[in-house]
Amino acid sequence: MKDIISVYDFSKSDFDELFELTDKLRNMPIFPKILKEKTVALAFFEPSTRTYLSFSKAAINLGASTIGFSGEEGTSIAKGENLADTIRMLNNYADMIVIRHKFDGAAKFASEISEIPVINAGDGKHEHPTQTVIDFYTIYRNFKNIDGLTFGLMGDLRYARVVNSFLRALTRFKPKKVYLISPPQLSARKEILEELNYPYREVIDYNEVIEEIDVLYVTRIQKERFPDESEYEKVKESYVVDMNLVSKMRKDAIILHALPRVNEISREVDKTPQAKYFEQASYAVPVRMAIFHKIVGE
Amino acid sequence: METVNKKELIVSKIKNGTVIDHIPAGRALAVLRILKIAEGYRIALVMNVESKKMGKKDIVKIENKEVDEKEANLITLIAPTATINIIRDYEVVEKKKLKIPDVVKGLLKCTNLMCITNNDVEAMPEFKKISEKPLKMKCVYCDTVIDENEILKQILGSKS
Ligand SMILES: [Zn+2]
Repeated sequence: MKDIISVYDFSKSDFDELFELTDKLRNMPIFPKILKEKTVALAFFEPSTRTYLSFSKAAINLGASTIGFSGEEGTSIAKGENLADTIRMLNNYADMIVIRHKFDGAAKFASEISEIPVINAGDGKHEHPTQTVIDFYTIYRNFKNIDGLTFGLMGDLRYARVVNSFLRALTRFKPKKVYLISPPQLSARKEILEELNYPYREVIDYNEVIEEIDVLYVTRIQKERFPDESEYEKVKESYVVDMNLVSKMRKDAIILHALPRVNEISREVDKTPQAKYFEQASYAVPVRMAIFHKIVGE
Repeated sequence: METVNKKELIVSKIKNGTVIDHIPAGRALAVLRILKIAEGYRIALVMNVESKKMGKKDIVKIENKEVDEKEANLITLIAPTATINIIRDYEVVEKKKLKIPDVVKGLLKCTNLMCITNNDVEAMPEFKKISEKPLKMKCVYCDTVIDENEILKQILGSKS
């Protein structure tokens, strides 16, 4: 395996291997230093502290050193220099590049320029494949399986890249049904829906389907993804997971969220047995370690 | 085959080059745009001539340039009815088969303003065909799909 740009870069057996590898890594007292003497470049042209830190920690755990930029620094590099030149420079310093960028398709473009592997850590509203592996690993931990489950994706299904990656990754499995719960302005993109090979239905009112759902995946409605701010104001709080909603859910259902959240899940829900988003966040480092493993082929 | 009738005699036969016939009326200039014909070529353009098959059609003759497979395929995007004949020493030596291209690089722009191809000077737009009827092509970078109308609009300019 070389680049990881889309979840389509993973086959069903890649997912299975990643789950097993993550299980193994989580139980290891000392991690194998498979990235010893290697340098991982973290090129975050768009800031994301959580993702940056988890990739960085995963690399360090495996013996790598890291270089890179994030936050303000990353944003100003994105403004000042063209992407291709920055990637060429990083090729001189590193053995692989983890890239986060605000433009759709930036990771794929970077991979075409780069001689070393590129991992997409989120490109615009396009994809965020490693987050999806974390999401699916959490589901696998809770249900032992992905097949046969009923999913509900709720919130911004149009501009949230985790949704694209999640829906695409489900094509590698056999979900029973997928409900796409969103206001019409934020419905999933048609080109993504056309790729899906499993039953799905678009729903506006979650009350119609909430009792059937095993996995409720909640997304943040992000202001910066909207071309128009007034559109954002109209829909920003369309869906809030509160105690009332949780009371309608099945006892063994789980709620996932890629975090950080704003108001879409109320804090009192955190203590319910369905809330699994902190558990999900705790898998970020081991899953990304497993992904590094696969890239270096160990 | 070219049927020589009086109307076509306004344009003389060419010795070597390409004759593109049966172009939908009004699209000859767009065909030249697709072929990126640079200065220096001798070109004959016939527009809006009568055609039995098509009512009206355009014809383009280019001297000393043989249109290749890739260029021929690009022509299908705006002129699916076109026939392309390669001429050597006044004879038609080859008729190009037209096939909607599987990949179009550089010619079409992605409609997604946040696509990397609209934001980096080095990122050249590239589309993959996902269906022929109706014609749909997908940006290989951001997965935005463009349809026949959009393709026509881009190549012909906004007037169509
Ligand atoms: Zn695009």
